[in-house]
Amino acid sequence: MLGKLNWSAIPFDQPIVMIASGTVGAIIFLILALVTFKGWWPYLWREWITSVDHKRIGVMYMILALVMLVRGFSDAMMMRSQLALAAGGAAGYLPPEHYNQIFSAHGTIMIFFVAMPFVAGLMNFAVPLQLGVRDVAFPVLNSLSFWLTAAGVLLVNLSLVVGEFSRTGWLAYPPLSEIAFSPGVGVDYYLWSLQISGVGSLLSGINLTTTILKLRAPGMGYRRMPVFCWTALASNLLIVAAFPVLTATFAMLLLDRYCDFHFFTTELGGNAMMYINLIWLWGHPEVYILILPAFGVFSEVVATFSGKPLFGYRSMVMATMVICVLSFMVWLHHFFTMGAGANVNGFFGIMTMIIAVPTGVKIFNWLFTLYGGRIRFSVPLYWALGFMVTFVIGGMTGVLMAIPPADFVVHNSLFLIAHFHNTVIGGVVFGVMAGYTYWFPKAFGFKLNERIGKAIFWCWFLGFYGAFMPLYALGLMGATRRMQHYSNLDWQPFMLAALGGACLILLGIVLTVVQLVVSIRARHRNRVGADPWNGRTLEWSIPSPPPAWNFARLPVVVGTDAFWAMKQSPAGSGPGGEGAPLEALHLPRGNPTGVFTAFFAVITGFALIWHIWWMAALGLLGVLVVGLRQAWRTDSEVTVLVEEIVAFERRHAKQGVPA
Amino acid sequence: MNSVNQALPLPAELPLSFRGPAPVRTVAGFGFWLFLLSDIVIFGVLFAAYAVLSGETAGGPTGASLFDRKHVLIETACLLVSSVTCGFALLAAQRTEKLATYFWLAATFALGALFLSLEASEFSAMIANGAGPSRSAFLSAFFTLVGTHGLHVSAGLAWLFVMVLQIATLGFQPMVGRRLFCFALFWHALDIVWVGVFTIVYLGAR
Amino acid sequence: MVGAARNLAETPSFLPDRGIGPNAARCDYSFVTGTTRETALLSRQHWIPRAHALGRSLLLAPVVVTLTSCKQGVLDPQGPIGAAERLILLDATAIMLAVVIPVIVSTLVIAWWFRAGNRHARYRPDWEYSGRIEMIVWSIPMLVILFLGGIAWESSHTLDPPKPLASSVAPLEIQVVSLDWQWLFIYPAQGLASVNRIVAPVGTPIHFRLTSATVMNSFFVPQLGSQIYTMPGMTTQLHLQADRQGTYQGISAQFSGEGFSDMNFEFIAVTEDKFDRWVAEAKGQGGELDEAAFVELARPAQATGPSTFAEVSHGLFEHVASGHISADRHPQSSH
Repeated sequence: MLGKLNWSAIPFDQPIVMIASGTVGAIIFLILALVTFKGWWPYLWREWITSVDHKRIGVMYMILALVMLVRGFSDAMMMRSQLALAAGGAAGYLPPEHYNQIFSAHGTIMIFFVAMPFVAGLMNFAVPLQLGVRDVAFPVLNSLSFWLTAAGVLLVNLSLVVGEFSRTGWLAYPPLSEIAFSPGVGVDYYLWSLQISGVGSLLSGINLTTTILKLRAPGMGYRRMPVFCWTALASNLLIVAAFPVLTATFAMLLLDRYCDFHFFTTELGGNAMMYINLIWLWGHPEVYILILPAFGVFSEVVATFSGKPLFGYRSMVMATMVICVLSFMVWLHHFFTMGAGANVNGFFGIMTMIIAVPTGVKIFNWLFTLYGGRIRFSVPLYWALGFMVTFVIGGMTGVLMAIPPADFVVHNSLFLIAHFHNTVIGGVVFGVMAGYTYWFPKAFGFKLNERIGKAIFWCWFLGFYGAFMPLYALGLMGATRRMQHYSNLDWQPFMLAALGGACLILLGIVLTVVQLVVSIRARHRNRVGADPWNGRTLEWSIPSPPPAWNFARLPVVVGTDAFWAMKQSPAGSGPGGEGAPLEALHLPRGNPTGVFTAFFAVITGFALIWHIWWMAALGLLGVLVVGLRQAWRTDSEVTVLVEEIVAFERRHAKQGVPA
Repeated sequence: MNSVNQALPLPAELPLSFRGPAPVRTVAGFGFWLFLLSDIVIFGVLFAAYAVLSGETAGGPTGASLFDRKHVLIETACLLVSSVTCGFALLAAQRTEKLATYFWLAATFALGALFLSLEASEFSAMIANGAGPSRSAFLSAFFTLVGTHGLHVSAGLAWLFVMVLQIATLGFQPMVGRRLFCFALFWHALDIVWVGVFTIVYLGAR
Repeated sequence: MVGAARNLAETPSFLPDRGIGPNAARCDYSFVTGTTRETALLSRQHWIPRAHALGRSLLLAPVVVTLTSCKQGVLDPQGPIGAAERLILLDATAIMLAVVIPVIVSTLVIAWWFRAGNRHARYRPDWEYSGRIEMIVWSIPMLVILFLGGIAWESSHTLDPPKPLASSVAPLEIQVVSLDWQWLFIYPAQGLASVNRIVAPVGTPIHFRLTSATVMNSFFVPQLGSQIYTMPGMTTQLHLQADRQGTYQGISAQFSGEGFSDMNFEFIAVTEDKFDRWVAEAKGQGGELDEAAFVELARPAQATGPSTFAEVSHGLFEHVASGHISADRHPQSSH
């Protein structure tokens, strides 16, 4: 009746897991109780859960990512403390079967459920505003994408309490992840949660690509698009091209595990190396899916806070698109040690290095954007400068490992771990934090506390160096990744230093929450107008927070840095298009299709993980019914009358907060 | 997505990229076209897997000994003709002729269903002869590639059925027209994939 | 354990004592403690005072670490492959630092000089393009990459793992099979097998052929250089050589499941003489590694010590590599 599911699936004998999940359960229960008690459900349902407004969806992505950052970082703290203890003969406090789940969960969560939703959140929020339009191309699909990501999150977290998570690393290399070597449900949790959220990512990629290519304000030709939109375009093109590879690869592994197929098994002709090739054919573009939008954020931030246009706009755009294309030609550098031969290794080594050229160009262009500027040292610029300093080191170690024989000695070592954290933290996290601080006042109408913001930066910045420079050293000393204990006592001081660095980052995360609370409490004092940073792009031309329709009249764009040009022109600082009369607008109506579909996707995924076939059928039926219901929906739009728009604009003008 | 751009004084000779948001039909068609591209990537991966594993028969039957090319030729004919009937259905829908639309959609459905039943009979015969997907890596890749295409055709038939119901209940609304257009794109794409399957899997069998 | 002579933890008398070998010295970690450091690049007797404060070294940490990093790692190579790879690591780092350090410094200097409060700085609000700068900006990274790309292509060929080492000495053949979670080393010429320990004469090139009887692993002796994957159903090749006597830690560098952290082995480099004595001793004890004994050995086992087999049935490695012997997934009973 319940497939493989029974009471033994719940780890009553593991106190750490039970306490952690009990605490999380209690917090969730308290939040739900509070929401119920305060009667907030109708508001939440109407304004957020069923919202198809790209700004709201963007904010929800960010919240989801922030919550999962806490989860993923707890895993990191456990790993660091385990390795600080388990030296010499010591076993530490996490046995291998638990430790292996933790590092697998850490990687999976940080990439798929922290970095991806952070980046998706920023793109969702900012891209339509920068393009000067009212929404993304497919608003309901956008909501579905978000909720499918949330469905994946739910399944991953469920594995903490019911059953186990994968013990095979964040990419689940076969044959270790095959049923013969991993008979538990851990790998199935991994696969199904990523399949479901992967569909969400793919749909989101299609949606934003269409938005950028087909929906832009009049006059915004490709050569006038803000650089963040360009990087978002590159990132979403990569999603459309790369995520299907992930889906197909996981599908093959699922067939192996569920239906006794032999794609990657050790017998009957299976070829595990094919999985490794395919997963990195997705995996390397994935790195650029994350970093390119971060580059976009830095481009906006550096230009805005220098009070100058971005230096070398065309060069920047070209560099972005070159990276986009080249990212598909380097996957083999993840396994030079497979023995593919000198020519193959040499080719992929050189291709990998070539990517460093456009990346280097970007760094130089940011440098020349700063040059001749009037630089305001606000929090987003801190992140940008911290990024430029840190990322070049990560880039350097990356190019180092692109030399195949150099990779032969540091492959899979803690040096590699240090390298990709160098780029992911120094690049993606810093970029996301810059974007979060930069666009927060646009989303909510008030600024985040500046002093705490700087403290957060220093925690992350110094914490990063404290946590990962020792790992570079350990890697050179021969320490490999994913070890649960080690015998060499000489390594322990480095491990302790890394733990210290991680604690500093932890402080940074705690301060992020503190900053939110403090800033929200002081929101009335920190109110800002439309343009708090003296911005250059169209999102700063509309009220903060923007109305549901973003632009009452679509702006007419006459050059790059559209809003800056409007502010410079004698006509004044309006968003353009003033001459046009207001018209009633048709906005997409709130729609529960996304959340319902995701609900049934969770049921289906859970049922498939535990082999509860009737429940899986029921879940699929649910998805079908929701889809059909959506197909017959004809009241999908609401009309905003001219009077409402006029009333809003009058109200906003009365506030009249100066920039 | 909206009509505001019509109010703006933009000369028609402006480059397309300067003219503001594209009309809904263009946006929907473009989005679906992107989706089809991503779908083609999935097939690309499955083709690659098949190419890698096609020699890995593990002592079991080879493609040449299993495939009946005459059988497959009939399948191919069904699918190609169904693309033509699908095109006629779209033309009829553009003229908002309900009866003709129904007729051509029904013909498409029948040909698709015939294709599927032929494929099902091929699969079941192979499995009955001990050449199921668990026999070897080659057969795993074969069943996955051809089966995924079959699944797409099945999904297409379900979609087609829903479209008939939509026309019956909602009439030829713009929304229904867009969906029918997307369906036609989908159906043609499956044809293209099948041409690949036919050449690489069946004609290329050794 | 059937037929294998287990000598857990203890090292045979004729092998160098693990406590006094050239690698037994404790390494220092001046990077963390801030005291003195020993430079691997310089001779071991040279102690040079630490020049900079810890804070300053933060940015240069990779460099400092590169220079001071411990013995036993890839920066203390004991053979030609490892030495060549260390040279590449250091050269490439130096080349890139020549660009990276100026970039870091100029980022900080430019940002500070052009701060809003500095009246001496000239604000150029519309300066956004310069063809000359653009050209320089593209050519600097291109030149660096052209140079490094040459190194990459050249070294991929000279240090290709299957490429035999140039030597007048005939290579020693060793076949490697990774198990759950042990290493099996077959010496076909000597007709013996060793578990979790390689003994090899110094100065002799070693030709490894590697496969896996379980999931993927990576064979790696950091001080000798190049690692390579061991994969089920496939055979990879690797050439290494130890130039100095000593015991070098060997690991699996590819996560392989529960017993992964203890899947270590030791590589003991000895004189020709001692090697012959070791072979003679191994031939004198322990049983034969035939197919049945292999299946028994290949069962999951963790943290097992070294042992030897006096005989190995002919063609065992090829049988394993072609997937004709399938391992039993039930754990060994004797542990």
